[in-house]
Amino acid sequence: MRFKADRATLLKALAHVQSVVEKRNTIPILANVMIAVRDGRLTLTATDMEIAIVEEIAATTSRNGAATAPAATLYEIVRKLPEGAEVELEHGGADAQLALRSGRYATSLVVLPTDDFPSMTAGTLPHRFSLSALALRGLIDRTRFAISTEETRYYLNGIYLHAAETDGTKVLRAVATDGHRLARVEEPLPDGAGAMPGVIIPRKTVAELRKLLDEVSGEVRIDLSDTRIQFRVDAITLTSKLIDGTFPEYERVIPRDNDKVLRVGKKDFADAVARVAAISSERSRPVKLSLARDLLVLSAASPEQGTATEELDADHVKYDAGPLEIGFQARYLNDITDQIAGDVEFRFSDGAAPTVVRDAADASALYVLMPMRV
Amino acid sequence: MPALCRDCGAEPGEVPACPDCRGRRIIRHPELFALHIAHIDCDAFFASVEKRDRPELAARPVIVGGGVRGVVTAACYVARIHGVRSAMPMFKALAACPDAVVIRPDLAKYAAVGRQIRSMMERLTPLVQPLSIDEAALDLAGTEALHGAPPAAVLARFARDVEREVGVTVSVGLAGNRLLAKIAAGRDKPRGFCVIGAEAAALLAPEPVRLLPGIGPALARKLAGLGITRLAHLQALDDRTARARLGDDGPPLVRRARGEDCRRVDPIRETKSISAETTFEADICERAALERQLWRMAEKLAGRLRGEDFAAGGVVLKLKTASFVQRTRSRQFAAPTRLPDLLFEAARAMLIREADGTAFRLIGIGAQPLLPGHLADQPDLADPSAPRRVAAQAAIDALRARFGVRAVRRGRGL
Repeated sequence: MRFKADRATLLKALAHVQSVVEKRNTIPILANVMIAVRDGRLTLTATDMEIAIVEEIAATTSRNGAATAPAATLYEIVRKLPEGAEVELEHGGADAQLALRSGRYATSLVVLPTDDFPSMTAGTLPHRFSLSALALRGLIDRTRFAISTEETRYYLNGIYLHAAETDGTKVLRAVATDGHRLARVEEPLPDGAGAMPGVIIPRKTVAELRKLLDEVSGEVRIDLSDTRIQFRVDAITLTSKLIDGTFPEYERVIPRDNDKVLRVGKKDFADAVARVAAISSERSRPVKLSLARDLLVLSAASPEQGTATEELDADHVKYDAGPLEIGFQARYLNDITDQIAGDVEFRFSDGAAPTVVRDAADASALYVLMPMRV
Repeated sequence: MPALCRDCGAEPGEVPACPDCRGRRIIRHPELFALHIAHIDCDAFFASVEKRDRPELAARPVIVGGGVRGVVTAACYVARIHGVRSAMPMFKALAACPDAVVIRPDLAKYAAVGRQIRSMMERLTPLVQPLSIDEAALDLAGTEALHGAPPAAVLARFARDVEREVGVTVSVGLAGNRLLAKIAAGRDKPRGFCVIGAEAAALLAPEPVRLLPGIGPALARKLAGLGITRLAHLQALDDRTARARLGDDGPPLVRRARGEDCRRVDPIRETKSISAETTFEADICERAALERQLWRMAEKLAGRLRGEDFAAGGVVLKLKTASFVQRTRSRQFAAPTRLPDLLFEAARAMLIREADGTAFRLIGIGAQPLLPGHLADQPDLADPSAPRRVAAQAAIDALRARFGVRAVRRGRGL
């Protein structure tokens, strides 16, 4: 195998693949990237057995072949080469070392047999649709904060993507919950997604995909079965196993009849929450919202450090239901308001019942937040 | 020989009755003023609290417990004369003592009285290790200068103070270690004050093995099978024989039968965990049978967590194999709970990996860490059926409070 590529192209691709490789390093070859040249095309592959990423990059190839080398080391070397450099990689086959040359710099890397490199087969992926990178980013950004990290309920460790219907309109819906908060975001249902099974995309896959989406603006092609999902973004193919589990019947926990409505500017609210929450370093301490007609008082207390309150009056809030007191974890409030641009709309039932939060100007996202006892 | 009047605190010397108060509760022991580990246990606690609050019942037999189909939680000493014992089914208790006054337990009240007594103990020494609502171990070493009296005198005064200020009686065991103090506290009930010193081994020798805390019916039967019925039989074993006949637990058991115990009084230990465990009549290796036992223990644990108002942040599964090898496995909850189902499910997931055909003699389940009760079973968006489960458990608890633990049972416990 032999090829030449420019440093920037190679570095970008190595950055993608090295974040997928297995960091715990229990199986040495999973720390490696497979570099392959076939018929004039250069591909880099990395996998942790759950996710596989394959990226095709532009290169001047002169000999077919393949080798596996430690992804992190290779990435570090290429990153330290001078900008604009050209990099040449050459591998003589079998267990010869992988030679990397750039200008007057040369290195030889120990390789592991390509035969040992696991291939993750996608199998047949019967469902196919496309989504703009922008829409996919929106689905991910507005749900991923609610993904659970709890291992016992592994089926919550991802985003539940499925076809659904809202008020008679067919939608593609992403849902995540950790039991304390739930995020439900919708996009118009793309062609080809109508018959897809509901799938749970693991957290790591979501994170890797999201990184790739930062760099593209076009369409993302999604192929899936009930055990695998594949995203194609430009020349990159990300294939992932899905979480084998049943996502809870989340619709049952979304309150329908909450009728106490609070509207407040996102910035006013988020800043006030941050200010009153600063009194306590204990994350689990709630911020209390005390509501009266067109008045919102936020308060927090810490037995060691003191108390803090802030009032938002009629100039900043609209509320015309009866008085209410309710407490939430500050971080949970901020995670949601971070996703909202203009006005935030809260719909309360009482101080102990789940609360619905929405972007007043955008019906595509809905959040449910469990109060804390205050 | 050093002597002390339990009733007035006088040190009367060699006379049969206390010259100061005419009481006959004089304690004599060569080590009376040297020993400093105490075990304090309230007498028929729940029943005593009820009698205190209803003085007209003082002379009547009082049983605290569930309805006709429930069990006896506590019986006063009058009821005990008629043969009523704790944990006896109520119908049997009433057959033995038809004119007993039956009172439903008011756990919150007993807990408050327990706390009051505990705070009085804490005035004696910082080393108070609560063992249950009405029972604690105390180490009074080094407190003589503070109190101006040796531990024995301080404890006798404490017993009188509790009687006067709280209105219930306690029994005190004083010894050189916790094991002997506990045994001593049980020897002279009610209003007891018993001291065990260097004579411990000789004192224990003729006693049945069941006297030793930790020897339950199952172990007693096993020991009887080996011809061991008295503590003397255990005392006679050397380490090698003990290990050969009783496994790894043998030598420590022999040491305890001789009255040896090196556990310290640890004031912070109590709140670290709450657990429930059971030793089987015969070793069990089938998973289904283990799960049935585990379920019973999970219910017991859930009950204790509710009773003491704690939530479990995680679950510890404890197993002991037929050859006395202990295995513990633990798992954390994402959200604290005290529902028996959730405690059971988490422990069962760990049990499945252990139940590989190995014969076990004991199963236990514990809550760790212990968290404040109000954190238990907060509503959970990822578990739409959670409110129903909490409500179902509340209904079960209400039924059991009225009709006894056996009134409602889950199928998996049968």
